[in-house]
Amino acid sequence: MKVGVCLKQVPATDSRIQVKDPAAGVDTSDVKWEINPYDEFALEEALKLKDDKKASEVVIFTFGDKAAEAKIRDGLARGADRAVRIDDPALQGSDALGIARALAAAAKKEGVDILFCGKQAVDDDQAQVPAMVAELLGWPQVLAVDHIDYGDGSLRARRPAGGGATEVVEAPLPVVISCDKGLNEPRYASLRGIMMAKKKKIAVLGVGDLGLDPSQVGAAAAMVAESNWSEPPPRPPGRILEGDTPQVVAELVRLLREEAKVI
Amino acid sequence: MGNGILVLCEHEAGQFKKTAFELLSKARELAAELGGPVHALVLGDAPAAELGAWGAARVYQATGLPFENTGPKVRALQAAVAAAAPAVVLAPASLGAKDAFPRLAARLGLGMASEATDLRVEGGALVARRPMYAGKAFADVRVKSDPALVTVRPNSFPVPAKGEGSAEVVPLAVELQDGDLAAKVVERQAASSNVVDLTEADRIVSGGRALKSKENFDKVIRPLAAVLGATPGASRAAVDAGYAPHSEQVGQTGKVVNPSLYIACGISGAIQHLAGMRTSRIIVAINTDPEAPIFQHATYGIVGDLFEVCPALTEALGSAMK
Repeated sequence: MKVGVCLKQVPATDSRIQVKDPAAGVDTSDVKWEINPYDEFALEEALKLKDDKKASEVVIFTFGDKAAEAKIRDGLARGADRAVRIDDPALQGSDALGIARALAAAAKKEGVDILFCGKQAVDDDQAQVPAMVAELLGWPQVLAVDHIDYGDGSLRARRPAGGGATEVVEAPLPVVISCDKGLNEPRYASLRGIMMAKKKKIAVLGVGDLGLDPSQVGAAAAMVAESNWSEPPPRPPGRILEGDTPQVVAELVRLLREEAKVI
Repeated sequence: MGNGILVLCEHEAGQFKKTAFELLSKARELAAELGGPVHALVLGDAPAAELGAWGAARVYQATGLPFENTGPKVRALQAAVAAAAPAVVLAPASLGAKDAFPRLAARLGLGMASEATDLRVEGGALVARRPMYAGKAFADVRVKSDPALVTVRPNSFPVPAKGEGSAEVVPLAVELQDGDLAAKVVERQAASSNVVDLTEADRIVSGGRALKSKENFDKVIRPLAAVLGATPGASRAAVDAGYAPHSEQVGQTGKVVNPSLYIACGISGAIQHLAGMRTSRIIVAINTDPEAPIFQHATYGIVGDLFEVCPALTEALGSAMK
Protein backbone atom coordinates (compact mmCIF):
# COMPACT_ATOMS: atom_id res chain seq x y z
CA MET A 1 0.00 0.00 0.00
CA LYS A 2 1.22 3.44 -0.87
CA VAL A 3 0.19 6.42 1.21
CA GLY A 4 0.31 10.12 0.46
CA VAL A 5 0.55 13.04 2.84
CA CYS A 6 -0.33 16.63 1.99
CA LEU A 7 2.03 19.05 3.70
CA LYS A 8 1.72 22.81 3.80
CA GLN A 9 4.03 25.25 5.46
CA VAL A 10 2.36 27.95 7.51
CA PRO A 11 3.43 30.70 9.91
CA ALA A 12 4.20 29.23 13.35
CA THR A 13 1.19 29.43 15.67
CA ASP A 14 3.11 31.72 18.03
CA SER A 15 3.78 34.20 15.20
CA ARG A 16 2.39 37.67 15.34
CA ILE A 17 0.43 38.20 12.14
CA GLN A 18 0.65 41.69 10.68
CA VAL A 19 -1.29 43.36 7.92
CA LYS A 20 0.67 46.30 6.56
CA ASP A 21 -1.28 46.84 3.36
CA PRO A 22 -5.02 46.02 3.29
CA ALA A 23 -4.76 45.03 -0.38
CA ALA A 24 -1.67 42.84 0.00
CA GLY A 25 -2.80 40.51 2.75
CA VAL A 26 -0.67 39.26 5.57
CA ASP A 27 2.93 40.42 5.76
CA THR A 28 4.90 37.20 6.04
CA SER A 29 8.39 38.68 5.64
CA ASP A 30 9.10 38.28 9.33
CA VAL A 31 7.35 35.05 10.31
CA LYS A 32 8.86 31.73 11.29
CA TRP A 33 7.52 28.88 9.17
CA GLU A 34 6.54 25.46 10.37
CA ILE A 35 4.70 22.43 9.04
CA ASN A 36 0.98 23.05 9.49
CA PRO A 37 0.32 21.48 12.94
CA TYR A 38 -2.55 19.28 11.66
CA ASP A 39 -0.38 18.06 8.76
CA GLU A 40 2.08 16.77 11.34
CA PHE A 41 -0.60 14.35 12.56
CA ALA A 42 -1.20 13.32 8.94
CA LEU A 43 2.50 12.65 8.38
CA GLU A 44 2.83 10.74 11.64
CA GLU A 45 -0.13 8.53 10.78
CA ALA A 46 1.45 7.67 7.43
CA LEU A 47 4.83 6.96 9.04
CA LYS A 48 3.20 4.68 11.63
CA LEU A 49 1.68 2.65 8.78
CA LYS A 50 5.15 2.28 7.35
CA ASP A 51 6.61 1.30 10.73
CA ASP A 52 3.89 -1.36 10.99
CA LYS A 53 4.76 -2.61 7.47
CA LYS A 54 1.25 -1.79 6.28
CA ALA A 55 2.55 0.88 3.91
CA SER A 56 5.40 0.32 1.49
CA GLU A 57 5.99 3.95 0.65
CA VAL A 58 5.11 7.38 2.03
CA VAL A 59 5.00 10.24 -0.47
CA ILE A 60 4.70 13.90 0.53
CA PHE A 61 2.66 16.26 -1.67
CA THR A 62 3.19 19.98 -1.36
CA PHE A 63 1.71 22.78 -3.40
CA GLY A 64 4.27 25.56 -3.22
CA ASP A 65 7.41 27.23 -4.45
CA LYS A 66 11.04 26.37 -3.77
CA ALA A 67 10.85 27.96 -0.31
CA ALA A 68 8.53 25.14 0.78
CA GLU A 69 11.36 22.62 0.37
CA ALA A 70 12.79 23.25 3.85
CA LYS A 71 9.64 21.86 5.45
CA ILE A 72 9.40 19.06 2.89
CA ARG A 73 12.95 18.05 3.95
CA ASP A 74 11.76 18.06 7.54
CA GLY A 75 9.02 15.60 6.54
CA LEU A 76 11.52 13.45 4.66
CA ALA A 77 13.84 13.53 7.69
CA ARG A 78 11.04 12.17 9.84
CA GLY A 79 10.77 9.18 7.52
CA ALA A 80 8.81 9.91 4.35
CA ASP A 81 10.39 8.29 1.27
CA ARG A 82 10.11 11.04 -1.28
CA ALA A 83 8.15 14.12 -2.18
CA VAL A 84 6.25 15.75 -5.00
CA ARG A 85 6.28 19.51 -5.07
CA ILE A 86 3.68 21.06 -7.33
CA ASP A 87 4.89 24.32 -8.79
CA ASP A 88 4.08 26.06 -12.03
CA PRO A 89 3.59 29.73 -12.96
CA ALA A 90 0.21 28.67 -14.38
CA LEU A 91 -0.88 27.72 -10.84
CA GLN A 92 -0.21 31.15 -9.35
CA GLY A 93 -3.29 32.64 -7.76
CA SER A 94 -5.23 29.37 -7.57
CA ASP A 95 -8.10 29.24 -5.09
CA ALA A 96 -8.82 26.19 -2.93
CA LEU A 97 -10.46 24.34 -5.81
CA GLY A 98 -7.50 25.01 -8.11
CA ILE A 99 -5.10 23.69 -5.46
CA ALA A 100 -7.35 20.69 -4.89
CA ARG A 101 -7.31 19.94 -8.64
CA ALA A 102 -3.52 19.92 -8.64
CA LEU A 103 -3.24 17.76 -5.51
CA ALA A 104 -5.89 15.33 -6.78
CA ALA A 105 -4.03 14.94 -10.07
CA ALA A 106 -0.77 14.28 -8.21
CA ALA A 107 -2.36 11.74 -5.85
CA LYS A 108 -3.89 9.97 -8.84
CA LYS A 109 -0.64 9.94 -10.78
CA GLU A 110 1.14 8.41 -7.79
CA GLY A 111 -1.65 5.92 -7.20
CA VAL A 112 -1.85 6.32 -3.44
CA ASP A 113 -4.35 4.24 -1.45
CA ILE A 114 -4.77 6.66 1.43
CA LEU A 115 -4.21 10.40 1.24
CA PHE A 116 -3.69 11.92 4.67
CA CYS A 117 -4.24 15.66 5.13
CA GLY A 118 -4.46 17.97 8.10
CA LYS A 119 -7.93 18.93 9.31
CA GLN A 120 -7.25 22.46 8.13
CA ALA A 121 -4.30 24.72 7.46
CA VAL A 122 -3.94 27.19 10.30
CA ASP A 123 -3.22 30.08 7.94
CA ASP A 124 -6.33 30.47 5.78
CA ASP A 125 -8.43 28.17 8.03
CA GLN A 126 -10.72 27.14 5.18
CA ALA A 127 -10.75 23.37 5.66
CA GLN A 128 -11.86 22.90 2.06
CA VAL A 129 -9.05 21.16 0.19
CA PRO A 130 -9.25 17.61 1.64
CA ALA A 131 -12.95 17.15 0.81
CA MET A 132 -12.48 18.81 -2.59
CA VAL A 133 -9.64 16.40 -3.42
CA ALA A 134 -11.81 13.44 -2.35
CA GLU A 135 -14.68 14.62 -4.55
CA LEU A 136 -12.42 15.22 -7.56
CA LEU A 137 -10.98 11.71 -7.19
CA GLY A 138 -14.41 10.19 -6.60
CA TRP A 139 -13.17 8.80 -3.27
CA PRO A 140 -14.87 8.76 0.11
CA GLN A 141 -13.52 10.94 2.89
CA VAL A 142 -13.44 10.98 6.65
CA LEU A 143 -12.60 14.40 8.04
CA ALA A 144 -11.09 15.54 11.33
CA VAL A 145 -10.42 12.06 12.72
CA ASP A 146 -8.70 11.32 16.02
CA HIS A 147 -8.43 7.52 15.83
CA ILE A 148 -8.14 4.99 12.99
CA ASP A 149 -8.44 1.20 12.91
CA TYR A 150 -7.10 -0.30 9.69
CA GLY A 151 -8.79 -3.30 8.09
CA ASP A 152 -8.21 -5.16 4.87
CA GLY A 153 -8.97 -2.71 2.07
CA SER A 154 -10.95 -0.48 4.39
CA LEU A 155 -10.66 1.49 7.60
CA ARG A 156 -12.74 2.75 10.49
CA ALA A 157 -12.06 6.28 11.63
CA ARG A 158 -13.43 7.99 14.72
CA ARG A 159 -14.06 11.69 14.90
CA PRO A 160 -15.39 14.17 17.42
CA ALA A 161 -18.98 15.02 16.51
CA GLY A 162 -19.47 18.06 18.74
CA GLY A 163 -20.17 18.52 22.43
CA GLY A 164 -18.14 15.46 23.39
CA ALA A 165 -20.02 13.07 21.06
CA THR A 166 -18.08 10.91 18.61
CA GLU A 167 -18.88 8.96 15.48
CA VAL A 168 -17.09 6.16 13.70
CA VAL A 169 -17.09 6.13 9.91
CA GLU A 170 -16.21 3.08 7.85
CA ALA A 171 -14.78 3.64 4.39
CA PRO A 172 -13.15 1.52 1.70
CA LEU A 173 -9.77 2.47 0.20
CA PRO A 174 -8.78 4.55 -1.63
CA VAL A 175 -9.82 7.27 0.77
CA VAL A 176 -8.96 10.81 1.89
CA ILE A 177 -8.48 11.21 5.63
CA SER A 178 -8.07 14.57 7.37
CA CYS A 179 -6.40 14.46 10.77
CA ASP A 180 -7.25 16.19 14.04
CA LYS A 181 -5.20 16.64 17.17
CA GLY A 182 -5.25 13.55 19.36
CA LEU A 183 -4.74 11.08 16.50
CA ASN A 184 -1.10 10.49 17.43
CA GLU A 185 2.02 12.14 18.80
CA PRO A 186 4.16 13.43 15.93
CA ARG A 187 7.80 12.31 16.06
CA TYR A 188 10.87 14.46 15.68
CA ALA A 189 13.43 13.83 12.99
CA SER A 190 16.47 11.84 14.13
CA LEU A 191 19.99 12.93 13.22
CA ARG A 192 20.24 9.92 10.94
CA GLY A 193 16.90 10.87 9.38
CA ILE A 194 18.14 14.38 8.71
CA MET A 195 21.26 13.03 6.99
CA MET A 196 19.25 10.56 4.91
CA ALA A 197 16.70 13.21 3.91
CA LYS A 198 19.39 15.10 2.01
CA LYS A 199 19.53 12.30 -0.53
CA LYS A 200 15.77 11.80 -0.88
CA LYS A 201 14.10 12.99 -4.02
CA ILE A 202 11.76 15.93 -4.37
CA ALA A 203 10.14 15.82 -7.81
CA VAL A 204 8.78 19.10 -9.15
CA LEU A 205 5.63 18.72 -11.23
CA GLY A 206 3.81 21.33 -13.26
CA VAL A 207 0.47 21.63 -14.99
CA GLY A 208 1.63 19.59 -18.00
CA ASP A 209 3.09 16.75 -15.89
CA LEU A 210 -0.18 16.48 -14.00
CA GLY A 211 -2.35 16.59 -17.12
CA LEU A 212 -4.24 19.60 -15.76
CA ASP A 213 -6.33 21.83 -17.94
CA PRO A 214 -4.63 25.24 -17.53
CA SER A 215 -8.02 26.98 -17.75
CA GLN A 216 -9.13 25.11 -14.59
CA VAL A 217 -6.35 26.37 -12.31
CA GLY A 218 -4.51 29.57 -11.49
CA ALA A 219 -5.75 33.11 -11.04
CA ALA A 220 -8.04 33.10 -14.07
CA ALA A 221 -10.01 30.10 -12.77
CA ALA A 222 -10.16 31.34 -9.18
CA MET A 223 -13.66 32.12 -8.01
CA VAL A 224 -12.74 33.32 -4.56
CA ALA A 225 -11.05 36.68 -4.08
CA GLU A 226 -9.86 38.27 -0.84
CA SER A 227 -9.51 41.97 -0.20
CA ASN A 228 -9.65 44.61 2.52
CA TRP A 229 -7.36 42.75 4.92
CA SER A 230 -7.02 43.95 8.47
CA GLU A 231 -5.81 42.95 11.86
CA PRO A 232 -8.64 42.29 14.32
CA PRO A 233 -10.30 45.44 15.61
CA PRO A 234 -8.82 46.38 18.99
CA ARG A 235 -11.03 45.56 21.93
CA PRO A 236 -12.22 48.49 23.99
CA PRO A 237 -10.09 48.80 27.12
CA GLY A 238 -11.29 46.61 29.94
CA ARG A 239 -11.61 47.16 33.62
CA ILE A 240 -9.72 45.55 36.52
CA LEU A 241 -12.06 45.08 39.45
CA GLU A 242 -10.61 46.16 42.80
CA GLY A 243 -11.34 44.90 46.30
CA ASP A 244 -11.33 41.68 48.27
CA THR A 245 -12.72 38.47 46.81
CA PRO A 246 -16.37 38.87 47.96
CA GLN A 247 -16.39 42.47 46.66
CA VAL A 248 -14.94 41.73 43.24
CA VAL A 249 -17.14 38.69 42.77
CA ALA A 250 -20.28 40.65 43.67
CA GLU A 251 -19.21 43.47 41.36
CA LEU A 252 -18.52 41.04 38.52
CA VAL A 253 -21.95 39.43 38.86
CA ARG A 254 -23.55 42.88 38.84
CA LEU A 255 -21.59 43.97 35.72
CA LEU A 256 -22.36 40.76 33.84
CA ARG A 257 -26.03 41.27 34.56
CA GLU A 258 -26.56 45.02 34.35
CA GLU A 259 -23.85 46.31 32.04
CA ALA A 260 -22.93 43.38 29.78
CA LYS A 261 -26.37 41.75 30.01
CA VAL A 262 -24.97 38.28 29.42
CA ILE A 263 -26.53 36.51 32.39
CA MET B 1 -27.91 33.85 -12.95
CA GLY B 2 -29.19 32.43 -9.71
CA ASN B 3 -31.64 34.38 -7.65
CA GLY B 4 -32.12 34.62 -3.89
CA ILE B 5 -30.59 32.76 -0.98
CA LEU B 6 -30.86 29.10 -0.01
CA VAL B 7 -30.14 28.32 3.65
CA LEU B 8 -29.23 24.86 4.96
CA CYS B 9 -31.24 24.65 8.20
CA GLU B 10 -29.88 22.00 10.52
CA HIS B 11 -31.82 20.22 13.22
CA GLU B 12 -31.14 17.71 15.91
CA ALA B 13 -33.82 15.01 16.04
CA GLY B 14 -36.42 17.38 14.59
CA GLN B 15 -35.50 20.39 16.70
CA PHE B 16 -34.01 23.20 14.63
CA LYS B 17 -30.64 24.48 15.75
CA LYS B 18 -30.13 28.10 16.69
CA THR B 19 -27.96 28.50 13.58
CA ALA B 20 -31.03 27.89 11.40
CA PHE B 21 -32.74 30.97 12.84
CA GLU B 22 -29.55 33.05 12.81
CA LEU B 23 -28.95 32.35 9.14
CA LEU B 24 -32.57 32.68 7.97
CA SER B 25 -32.95 36.07 9.65
CA LYS B 26 -29.68 37.30 8.20
CA ALA B 27 -30.64 35.90 4.79
CA ARG B 28 -33.88 37.85 4.87
CA GLU B 29 -31.96 41.05 5.57
CA LEU B 30 -29.45 40.33 2.77
CA ALA B 31 -32.16 39.33 0.30
CA ALA B 32 -33.83 42.71 0.78
CA GLU B 33 -30.74 44.19 -0.90
CA LEU B 34 -29.69 41.33 -3.17
CA GLY B 35 -33.19 40.63 -4.41
CA GLY B 36 -34.83 37.26 -4.72
CA PRO B 37 -36.46 34.94 -2.22
CA VAL B 38 -35.13 33.21 0.90
CA HIS B 39 -35.50 29.45 0.67
CA ALA B 40 -34.50 26.80 3.18
CA LEU B 41 -33.25 23.24 2.82
CA VAL B 42 -34.09 20.69 5.49
CA LEU B 43 -32.65 17.18 5.47
CA GLY B 44 -34.71 14.61 7.33
CA ASP B 45 -37.81 14.87 9.49
CA ALA B 46 -38.35 18.25 11.10
CA PRO B 47 -41.28 20.70 11.21
CA ALA B 48 -40.17 22.52 8.05
CA ALA B 49 -43.20 24.83 7.70
CA GLU B 50 -42.21 26.50 11.00
CA LEU B 51 -39.24 28.07 9.27
CA GLY B 52 -41.68 30.53 7.67
CA ALA B 53 -41.77 32.32 11.01
CA TRP B 54 -38.04 32.99 10.63
CA GLY B 55 -38.13 34.26 7.08
CA ALA B 56 -38.17 31.26 4.73
CA ALA B 57 -40.69 31.60 1.93
CA ARG B 58 -40.26 28.01 0.81
CA VAL B 59 -38.59 24.98 2.34
CA TYR B 60 -37.17 22.16 0.25
CA GLN B 61 -37.31 19.06 2.39
CA ALA B 62 -35.63 15.77 1.60
CA THR B 63 -36.55 12.74 3.70
CA GLY B 64 -36.01 9.01 3.82
CA LEU B 65 -32.26 8.91 3.29
CA PRO B 66 -29.41 8.44 5.80
CA PHE B 67 -28.37 12.07 5.90
CA GLU B 68 -25.89 11.47 8.72
CA ASN B 69 -23.59 10.38 5.86
CA THR B 70 -21.75 12.84 3.66
CA GLY B 71 -22.70 11.30 0.30
CA PRO B 72 -26.49 11.73 0.63
CA LYS B 73 -25.99 15.20 2.12
CA VAL B 74 -24.01 16.38 -0.92
CA ARG B 75 -26.51 14.76 -3.28
CA ALA B 76 -29.39 16.59 -1.53
CA LEU B 77 -27.55 19.92 -1.66
CA GLN B 78 -26.96 19.37 -5.35
CA ALA B 79 -30.67 18.67 -5.92
CA ALA B 80 -31.68 21.73 -3.88
CA VAL B 81 -29.31 24.00 -5.81
CA ALA B 82 -30.83 22.71 -9.05
CA ALA B 83 -34.40 23.22 -7.76
CA ALA B 84 -34.00 26.62 -6.09
CA ALA B 85 -31.33 28.08 -8.44
CA PRO B 86 -30.08 30.46 -5.74
CA ALA B 87 -27.36 33.10 -6.08
CA VAL B 88 -26.03 32.23 -2.61
CA VAL B 89 -26.12 29.08 -0.50
CA LEU B 90 -25.57 29.57 3.24
CA ALA B 91 -24.87 26.93 5.86
CA PRO B 92 -23.62 26.96 9.43
CA ALA B 93 -19.94 26.07 9.77
CA SER B 94 -20.97 22.75 11.33
CA LEU B 95 -19.40 19.34 11.04
CA GLY B 96 -21.94 18.32 8.41
CA ALA B 97 -21.52 21.43 6.26
CA LYS B 98 -17.73 21.19 6.50
CA ASP B 99 -18.07 17.64 5.12
CA ALA B 100 -20.49 18.49 2.37
CA PHE B 101 -19.87 22.02 1.11
CA PRO B 102 -16.35 21.56 -0.29
CA ARG B 103 -17.52 18.39 -2.08
CA LEU B 104 -20.45 20.30 -3.54
CA ALA B 105 -18.06 23.08 -4.61
CA ALA B 106 -15.75 20.59 -6.33
CA ARG B 107 -18.63 18.74 -7.97
CA LEU B 108 -20.28 21.83 -9.43
CA GLY B 109 -17.10 23.88 -9.92
CA LEU B 110 -18.11 26.55 -7.38
CA GLY B 111 -16.23 28.90 -5.09
CA MET B 112 -16.65 28.77 -1.34
CA ALA B 113 -15.92 30.93 1.69
CA SER B 114 -15.57 29.15 5.03
CA GLU B 115 -16.57 30.33 8.49
CA ALA B 116 -17.65 33.87 7.73
CA THR B 117 -18.37 35.98 10.80
CA ASP B 118 -20.16 38.76 8.94
CA LEU B 119 -22.07 39.10 5.68
CA ARG B 120 -23.05 42.20 3.76
CA VAL B 121 -24.10 43.26 0.29
CA GLU B 122 -21.85 45.57 -1.71
CA GLY B 123 -22.35 46.55 -5.33
CA GLY B 124 -25.16 44.03 -5.65
CA ALA B 125 -22.98 41.12 -4.51
CA LEU B 126 -22.46 39.26 -1.28
CA VAL B 127 -19.29 40.00 0.69
CA ALA B 128 -18.26 37.63 3.47
CA ARG B 129 -15.96 38.91 6.18
CA ARG B 130 -13.93 36.07 7.64
CA PRO B 131 -11.14 35.53 10.12
CA MET B 132 -7.94 33.82 9.06
CA TYR B 133 -4.90 32.77 11.07
CA ALA B 134 -7.43 31.86 13.76
CA GLY B 135 -8.59 35.44 14.02
CA LYS B 136 -5.21 37.17 13.88
CA ALA B 137 -6.29 38.67 10.53
CA PHE B 138 -9.56 39.33 8.72
CA ALA B 139 -10.42 39.78 5.05
CA ASP B 140 -13.42 40.36 2.82
CA VAL B 141 -14.14 37.43 0.55
CA ARG B 142 -16.09 37.67 -2.68
CA VAL B 143 -17.18 34.46 -4.32
CA LYS B 144 -17.72 34.86 -8.04
CA SER B 145 -19.40 31.55 -8.80
CA ASP B 146 -23.11 31.12 -9.34
CA PRO B 147 -24.17 30.17 -6.76
CA ALA B 148 -21.64 31.26 -4.15
CA LEU B 149 -21.19 28.86 -1.22
CA VAL B 150 -20.64 30.36 2.23
CA THR B 151 -20.48 28.75 5.66
CA VAL B 152 -21.05 30.98 8.68
CA ARG B 153 -19.66 30.59 12.17
CA PRO B 154 -22.35 29.97 14.81
CA ASN B 155 -23.34 32.95 17.02
CA SER B 156 -22.32 35.44 14.32
CA PHE B 157 -25.80 36.93 14.10
CA PRO B 158 -28.50 37.59 16.68
CA VAL B 159 -31.66 35.52 16.69
CA PRO B 160 -34.69 37.84 16.48
CA ALA B 161 -37.99 36.97 18.08
CA LYS B 162 -40.03 34.41 16.21
CA GLY B 163 -42.26 36.04 13.60
CA GLU B 164 -45.47 34.94 11.96
CA GLY B 165 -46.23 32.77 9.03
CA SER B 166 -45.63 29.36 7.70
CA ALA B 167 -43.46 28.33 4.78
CA GLU B 168 -44.49 26.40 1.72
CA VAL B 169 -42.91 22.95 2.03
CA VAL B 170 -41.73 21.34 -1.20
CA PRO B 171 -40.59 17.71 -1.06
CA LEU B 172 -37.16 17.35 -2.65
CA ALA B 173 -36.43 14.19 -4.60
CA VAL B 174 -32.87 12.99 -4.06
CA GLU B 175 -31.47 10.06 -5.96
CA LEU B 176 -28.36 8.46 -4.60
CA GLN B 177 -25.66 7.31 -6.96
CA ASP B 178 -22.95 4.68 -6.77
CA GLY B 179 -20.42 5.52 -4.11
CA ASP B 180 -22.64 7.93 -2.18
CA LEU B 181 -22.67 5.52 0.73
CA ALA B 182 -19.09 4.26 0.37
CA ALA B 183 -18.25 6.03 3.63
CA LYS B 184 -20.85 5.26 6.28
CA VAL B 185 -21.33 6.19 9.90
CA VAL B 186 -21.32 2.84 11.70
CA GLU B 187 -21.23 3.95 15.30
CA ARG B 188 -22.25 6.95 17.32
CA GLN B 189 -21.29 7.67 20.89
CA ALA B 190 -23.45 10.30 22.55
CA ALA B 191 -21.78 12.89 24.73
CA SER B 192 -21.55 12.00 28.39
CA SER B 193 -23.15 15.34 29.25
CA ASN B 194 -25.58 17.37 27.20
CA VAL B 195 -23.56 20.57 27.02
CA VAL B 196 -23.53 22.61 23.82
CA ASP B 197 -20.43 22.15 21.65
CA LEU B 198 -17.71 24.77 22.19
CA THR B 199 -18.03 26.10 18.65
CA GLU B 200 -21.74 26.81 19.18
CA ALA B 201 -21.62 27.72 22.88
CA ASP B 202 -22.94 31.08 23.99
CA ARG B 203 -21.08 30.87 27.32
CA ILE B 204 -17.71 29.28 27.98
CA VAL B 205 -15.66 28.85 31.16
CA SER B 206 -12.05 27.90 30.40
CA GLY B 207 -9.22 26.78 32.64
CA GLY B 208 -5.48 26.95 32.08
CA ARG B 209 -2.23 25.61 33.38
CA ALA B 210 -2.77 27.29 36.78
CA LEU B 211 -5.36 24.61 37.61
CA LYS B 212 -2.39 22.29 38.26
CA SER B 213 -4.34 19.01 37.99
CA LYS B 214 -7.32 17.29 36.40
CA GLU B 215 -8.92 16.99 39.85
CA ASN B 216 -8.72 20.76 40.33
CA PHE B 217 -10.05 21.35 36.83
CA ASP B 218 -13.04 19.13 37.59
CA LYS B 219 -13.55 20.71 41.02
CA VAL B 220 -13.17 24.39 40.04
CA ILE B 221 -13.92 24.90 36.32
CA ARG B 222 -16.74 22.43 35.68
CA PRO B 223 -19.01 23.58 38.55
CA LEU B 224 -18.59 27.21 37.49
CA ALA B 225 -19.46 26.24 33.92
CA ALA B 226 -22.43 24.20 35.13
CA VAL B 227 -23.95 27.01 37.17
CA LEU B 228 -23.81 29.27 34.09
CA GLY B 229 -25.04 26.61 31.68
CA ALA B 230 -21.70 27.15 29.97
CA THR B 231 -19.46 24.76 28.06
CA PRO B 232 -16.09 24.04 29.70
CA GLY B 233 -12.98 24.88 27.70
CA ALA B 234 -9.25 24.65 28.27
CA SER B 235 -5.98 26.17 27.12
CA ARG B 236 -3.47 24.12 25.15
CA ALA B 237 -1.23 23.96 28.22
CA ALA B 238 -4.06 22.47 30.29
CA VAL B 239 -4.91 19.94 27.57
CA ASP B 240 -1.29 18.94 27.02
CA ALA B 241 -0.93 18.43 30.77
CA GLY B 242 -3.96 16.15 30.73
CA TYR B 243 -6.31 18.33 32.81
CA ALA B 244 -8.97 18.32 30.06
CA PRO B 245 -9.57 16.36 26.82
CA HIS B 246 -8.53 17.60 23.35
CA SER B 247 -12.17 18.18 22.47
CA GLU B 248 -12.22 21.01 25.02
CA GLN B 249 -9.17 22.88 23.74
CA VAL B 250 -9.74 26.49 22.69
CA GLY B 251 -7.16 28.12 20.41
CA GLN B 252 -5.43 27.94 17.09
CA THR B 253 -4.92 24.17 17.27
CA GLY B 254 -8.19 23.61 19.09
CA LYS B 255 -11.65 25.08 18.69
CA VAL B 256 -12.24 28.63 17.58
CA VAL B 257 -15.11 29.96 19.66
CA ASN B 258 -17.46 32.89 19.46
CA PRO B 259 -19.55 33.10 22.67
CA SER B 260 -21.26 36.07 24.33
CA LEU B 261 -19.39 35.34 27.54
CA TYR B 262 -15.92 33.82 27.91
CA ILE B 263 -14.46 33.38 31.38
CA ALA B 264 -10.72 32.59 31.36
CA CYS B 265 -9.45 31.17 34.64
CA GLY B 266 -5.72 30.83 35.18
CA ILE B 267 -5.02 31.39 31.48
CA SER B 268 -2.14 33.74 30.70
CA GLY B 269 -3.35 34.49 27.18
CA ALA B 270 -0.76 33.00 24.83
CA ILE B 271 -1.16 34.34 21.30
CA GLN B 272 -2.50 31.03 20.01
CA HIS B 273 -5.16 30.91 22.75
CA LEU B 274 -6.22 34.51 22.16
CA ALA B 275 -6.60 33.65 18.50
CA GLY B 276 -9.27 31.11 19.36
CA MET B 277 -11.45 33.30 21.58
CA ARG B 278 -10.79 36.95 20.87
CA THR B 279 -14.12 37.48 19.10
CA SER B 280 -16.00 36.62 22.31
CA ARG B 281 -18.31 39.52 23.16
CA ILE B 282 -17.48 39.73 26.88
CA ILE B 283 -14.22 38.33 28.21
CA VAL B 284 -13.61 37.87 31.94
CA ALA B 285 -10.05 37.10 33.05
CA ILE B 286 -9.12 35.70 36.44
CA ASN B 287 -5.38 35.42 36.98
CA THR B 288 -2.83 35.99 39.75
CA ASP B 289 -0.40 37.74 37.40
CA PRO B 290 -1.48 41.34 36.73
CA GLU B 291 0.92 41.40 33.75
CA ALA B 292 -0.72 38.40 32.00
CA PRO B 293 -1.55 39.30 28.37
CA ILE B 294 -5.12 38.05 28.84
CA PHE B 295 -5.91 41.22 30.83
CA GLN B 296 -5.28 43.36 27.75
CA HIS B 297 -8.20 41.61 26.06
CA ALA B 298 -10.52 41.24 29.04
CA THR B 299 -13.68 43.26 29.43
CA TYR B 300 -13.50 42.62 33.17
CA GLY B 301 -10.40 41.43 34.99
CA ILE B 302 -9.87 40.06 38.46
CA VAL B 303 -6.29 39.84 39.70
CA GLY B 304 -6.52 37.03 42.18
CA ASP B 305 -6.17 33.36 42.95
CA LEU B 306 -8.61 31.34 40.89
CA PHE B 307 -8.89 28.77 43.69
CA GLU B 308 -10.44 31.52 45.78
CA VAL B 309 -12.26 33.56 43.14
CA CYS B 310 -13.86 30.76 41.10
CA PRO B 311 -15.64 28.97 43.97
CA ALA B 312 -16.88 32.33 45.28
CA LEU B 313 -18.09 33.22 41.79
CA THR B 314 -19.78 29.83 41.43
CA GLU B 315 -21.64 30.44 44.67
CA ALA B 316 -22.58 34.04 43.84
CA LEU B 317 -23.83 33.07 40.38
CA GLY B 318 -25.68 30.13 41.87
CA SER B 319 -27.85 32.46 43.91
CA ALA B 320 -27.94 35.25 41.31
CA MET B 321 -29.24 32.97 38.55
CA LYS B 322 -32.02 31.35 40.52
